[in-house]
Amino acid sequence: MFAYLVKRLFQAAAVMFVISLISFAIQDNLGDPLRELVGQSVSEETRDELRDELGLNDPFLVQYGRFLGNAVRGDLGTSYFFKEPALTVILKKLPATLELVAGATIIIIGLSIPLGVYTAIKPNSIMSRLIMGISIVGISVPVFLTAIGMIFLFSVELRWLPSFGRGDTVDVIGYWSTNFLTLDGWQHILLPSVALASIMLPLFIRLIRSEMMETLQSEYVRYAYAKGIAPRRIWFVHALKNTLLPVITVGGVQIGTMVAYTILTETVFQWPGMGFMFLEAVNRVDTPLIVAYLIVVGFIFVVTNTIVDLIYGLVNPTVKLSRMGA
Amino acid sequence: MSLLSVRDLVVKFAMRNNTVTALNKISFDLARGERIGIVGESGAGKSITGFSILNLLSKPGYIDSGSITFDGEDITQMTDPQLRDIRGNRIAMIFQDPMVTLNPVLTIGQQMVETLQAHRRLSKSDAEQIAIAKLREVYIPAPEERLAQYPHELSGGMRQRIIIAIALLLDPQLIIADEPTTALDVTIQADIMELLLELCQSNKVSLILITHDLGVVSQMTERTLVVYAGRIIEAGPTREIINDPQHPYSQGLINALPQQTPRGEKLKQIPGAMPALSAVPDGCAFNPRCSFATDTCRKTVPEVTRIDHLEVACHEVRRHHETEEVAE
Repeated sequence: MFAYLVKRLFQAAAVMFVISLISFAIQDNLGDPLRELVGQSVSEETRDELRDELGLNDPFLVQYGRFLGNAVRGDLGTSYFFKEPALTVILKKLPATLELVAGATIIIIGLSIPLGVYTAIKPNSIMSRLIMGISIVGISVPVFLTAIGMIFLFSVELRWLPSFGRGDTVDVIGYWSTNFLTLDGWQHILLPSVALASIMLPLFIRLIRSEMMETLQSEYVRYAYAKGIAPRRIWFVHALKNTLLPVITVGGVQIGTMVAYTILTETVFQWPGMGFMFLEAVNRVDTPLIVAYLIVVGFIFVVTNTIVDLIYGLVNPTVKLSRMGA
Repeated sequence: MSLLSVRDLVVKFAMRNNTVTALNKISFDLARGERIGIVGESGAGKSITGFSILNLLSKPGYIDSGSITFDGEDITQMTDPQLRDIRGNRIAMIFQDPMVTLNPVLTIGQQMVETLQAHRRLSKSDAEQIAIAKLREVYIPAPEERLAQYPHELSGGMRQRIIIAIALLLDPQLIIADEPTTALDVTIQADIMELLLELCQSNKVSLILITHDLGVVSQMTERTLVVYAGRIIEAGPTREIINDPQHPYSQGLINALPQQTPRGEKLKQIPGAMPALSAVPDGCAFNPRCSFATDTCRKTVPEVTRIDHLEVACHEVRRHHETEEVAE
């Protein structure tokens, strides 16, 4: 177990190194931060001086080395716009985004397993055909369109749910204030979560369905029937557990992907998370913030994948984490 | 009354455009405590016969007509709960490949306890005690520790012993063993068969042994059914079928045994291959491979003829028998 963790840690460090290199390298192609920083009226000499001061004239490797040195100490640069450490800016926005992802994840897990299992057990029923049909639509329609459609229906026409912002939140600890403790917070997070889940949910229903159908064909399921086990137990114990093994692996990657998808959802719903912040940072050519965002998202990816691998080891008895380190 | 009575069983497979007949009017009886063997080539319908008895045919297969009477009740007419009550409880099945039969993510204990609890009101610890006792019966060392183990931690032979133990859990009246040793090492095959025979005899359980191994059949069973292209072509006491087979196909099978050929000579075989179920020839299904085939064989399906203890479906055997009787 320990050897495995050390190995994973090294892998994670290597991945983070590559991510930092790539995100730092693209900042040169994002436009001139000086233009946003100082405006039209400043002379060319002052601009050059400022560039020197910010270290923008140094060779790439020098700049990257400086960045990496600071990054290791937890300093990802200072946002040009907020005049605050980029990491602090992101950490303030992170809870809103993570809560949105959590909301979407709850919806996905809560619906994809029963719907996936149902459509696998009764593939020819009208209900299954309906679910599969809707899921195709869900996958095909882009998130921002789903979001705008839902705002139109539930906020504008029916006036059931708010269309933007986080509403009433309760401070928990540090920068973390939560939506999940007030009714108003729940109402505000519902539409964005559904919008964010709209792409992944159909994907998971289909994944679970196809894995489940394959598992139901297996010899051990037939054997369970031959032992006289009740169908309910065969579906939810014998088949589902085997079905979820590949789903868990894919799921971990998708949670990471969802963090990236929040950019669209947060923009449409004016959700004050880091996706919305990232889009603003791009508009303002706030390069340190952009780079910091990419690194934080990369970090979230690496962490979720490691957690998923650990969970996989717990669910699948044939994987022994203690032996994986060797 | 016999324990199991199969009458005119027809099993079909619904294909895209047509239906294929996999079992064509199969009839046989099984007495309490009797052990019979079903022999034939791959695809002859041996396994389908076994799965039909549990009404567990996988799609697109289905029982078209006929009856399967088990202990006085017709299995083909049963509802799902009634079938569930019989499966694993009064009729147990042993599958072919122990490597894929047990669920990889459930422990041996879970898989044994659930079987007991599906049929009897038992606490987990009581069920585990029964499981341990049965594991001991199949000579599994340290049975208490096995309960917590997963299938992948055990060898193939060990797994098949556990599957035999599961089959015995609820003291069934009948065990259907579908080629229980084909997936195993040759050295273990004999052990498993010996164990199965011993347990069937000591527990007075009837056995249907599905196999292509005539040697195994001769050791294990009292009666044998030879199946060819979905029909029983010869049935009778195992000893007689092995020593004096009447049907040309059974004769071919016996002659093909390696011990029937002197050392150094080429092994005998039956020419040709069994037809696909979708292309069974008219008349006797065996006629294209049979050296005695006549025009009658190519036109009409042979009726079953009783010759002493044997039942044979062959025109030539029948004709031969009739002329003999006339001569007497």
